[in-house]
Amino acid sequence: MSNKEKHWEKTKGNMFLTLALWFFFGYIIFMFGESLNSASFLGYPLAYYMCAQGSIVAFVIILFWSANRQEKIDEECGFAERGEDD
Amino acid sequence: MFKGKFIDNLPKIYGTYTGGFLVFIILMAIAEQAGMTAKTIGILFVAFTVCIYAFIGWMSRTVQVDAYYVAGRSVPTVFNGMATAADWMSGASFVAMAGGIYFGGYTYMAFLIGWTGGYILVSSLLAPYLRKFGCYTVPDFIGTRYGGNLARFCAVVVLTLASFTYVTAQINATGTIAARALSIPFELGVWVGLVSILLCSMLGGMRAVTWTQVAQYIVLIIAYLLPIFWISNKGGYGFFPHLMLGEEVARLGELEAQFGLVKNAAADIKAAGVPGGLKSISLPHSEVPAGGMAAWKFISLVICMMVGTASLPHILMRYFTTPSVKAARKSVAWSLFFIALLYTSAPMLATLSKLSLMDPNLATGIIGKDISAVMSIDWVQAWTAQKQAFIADFNGDGILQLNEWFMRGDVVVLSTPEVAGLPYVISGLVAAGGMAAAMSTADGLILAIANALSHDVYYKIIDPKADVRKRLLVARGLLIVIGAAGAYIASMRITSILGAVAWAFDFAMSGLFFPLVLGVWWKRATRQGAIAGMITGLASGTAYLIYVYPKFMGNPAWLGIDHLRFGIIGASVCLVVMVVVSLMTPAPDSSTQKMIDEVRIPTGKTILGKQH
Repeated sequence: MSNKEKHWEKTKGNMFLTLALWFFFGYIIFMFGESLNSASFLGYPLAYYMCAQGSIVAFVIILFWSANRQEKIDEECGFAERGEDD
Repeated sequence: MFKGKFIDNLPKIYGTYTGGFLVFIILMAIAEQAGMTAKTIGILFVAFTVCIYAFIGWMSRTVQVDAYYVAGRSVPTVFNGMATAADWMSGASFVAMAGGIYFGGYTYMAFLIGWTGGYILVSSLLAPYLRKFGCYTVPDFIGTRYGGNLARFCAVVVLTLASFTYVTAQINATGTIAARALSIPFELGVWVGLVSILLCSMLGGMRAVTWTQVAQYIVLIIAYLLPIFWISNKGGYGFFPHLMLGEEVARLGELEAQFGLVKNAAADIKAAGVPGGLKSISLPHSEVPAGGMAAWKFISLVICMMVGTASLPHILMRYFTTPSVKAARKSVAWSLFFIALLYTSAPMLATLSKLSLMDPNLATGIIGKDISAVMSIDWVQAWTAQKQAFIADFNGDGILQLNEWFMRGDVVVLSTPEVAGLPYVISGLVAAGGMAAAMSTADGLILAIANALSHDVYYKIIDPKADVRKRLLVARGLLIVIGAAGAYIASMRITSILGAVAWAFDFAMSGLFFPLVLGVWWKRATRQGAIAGMITGLASGTAYLIYVYPKFMGNPAWLGIDHLRFGIIGASVCLVVMVVVSLMTPAPDSSTQKMIDEVRIPTGKTILGKQH
């Protein structure tokens, strides 16, 4: 397997993992919003909290985490950009 | 001459700018104490900020193609994040989102999830690859990846339809705010707003829009957060409202049970003469509506907004401006960070303003009080006089019930500082913030349309031999034409029949999402497949919209897919048609396959040259 193929396999893996987390925080929990709301977090009903803050914060964390992971993959396969960083 | 140094000095420049803006707020507060009128403060706030944006726009003027189209690809990640956040958060987000939560509660908050989660799709499926491609516009990618002018042209059509749906609402918002702050008629306010918008973008294109958007983000986020923290601390709800309003949310639930959530009959509303666009609270704040259909309605709205986010060209093109592929990816994360600062605050603002009106134990509460006493409150009089609020005593008991208090959604953000008894300087600040939000989004949208028409239609299709001077002249001319068209439509006040902002998302996802994503992720996708997908996706989505929208044909929604969600139909058709047609036509040639391989790795030259 060439380096390019290996890189693409790993990139795809990262993409699927990121989207799985995205799917969990964006969809799965809201399928159970009704039962989730009987629990509470910081005094807020849980489904309400996930909507107002929880999932949004999770999205931000997922984005930074996934970008770092992808950078590692690029580096590992020798496709990291040099000298044109901000 | 100015640029290399300029980029290095960015934190210092915008730090000084933020400090200067805070000093301006303090000066205004002092002036208010010294007796300056509310009207003068409002005018100064809007005029001062707009002049600064215009100054930045003038400083960023350029005669280079890559500076005009992609800001010279030199915008650092964090600043591009701020610019994207301003680009993203429209006048509607700024003034209407808290109001939406105020009336819609949990059900409305699907928008919050949809308008944030879409960035994960942008980051993992599109932005880094489009940056590597090196395109100037979104149709530029479609045209080069699939080849041929027809594919390019279809993408321009979808882009124009989606962005134009969005832009009239933004110009409308700048008009409303300019009219209110400067005390001029709305029709004039729209044109004042347009001139301000064009001052920011005309001379410097993307470069000017980028640096004004950063400045606008700073104004809008200060204007949004300051009142929330102030009210929360003043009212003793907690010094950090986001983590400390649990009790207040629970209290709202109690109050809803006490007053009862009543949905007024349309006939009653009409008989009482409630002005159009005003609503009363009839949905619970935090309670999740029961049943599978309710959950599906929530989730289907989230799908449309997320997928739509990832297809809107004015957002995607912001990631063409970063120095590298890596920076594009990080920049998406920063964008969402800056957006989240406002979006996580909107529910808190809605909670605080709802409580201050509903809780009879508070001095500010009006529900459950004597109507004649409520009518004598200054702000109630001011807003009812402007037909932004209304009282209808349905049961004739002289007491204001929850379903008898009507208000326009925008009023929640605009009136809360006043209702909570904050000094007028805060209301002036909020007006400047709303103006910044509406202007920055309108700028991005008008530029997206004008760039697509000037680069993809004029330069790539009509006159490929045009020189740089002529190209930029056409680009600027189109900017004026499109802005004027938007302002003209906005000034006719027909926005109510133009439909919701959500439509822009549905149009974009119907026609563009799968051609963009499959262009990177599926080598087998062919030109014929993409063209067929774009045409049938957009056509079926639009047909379904006409079929289901109450003001057009008004048929019952199929599976709960109403006019806000028609993108689900369009995008599904687009996917199926694109895959089937692609498989029926010969695979793309080897040079296209090689091009896609190149797009998938961050290093190496961009596919399209630096200047093309």
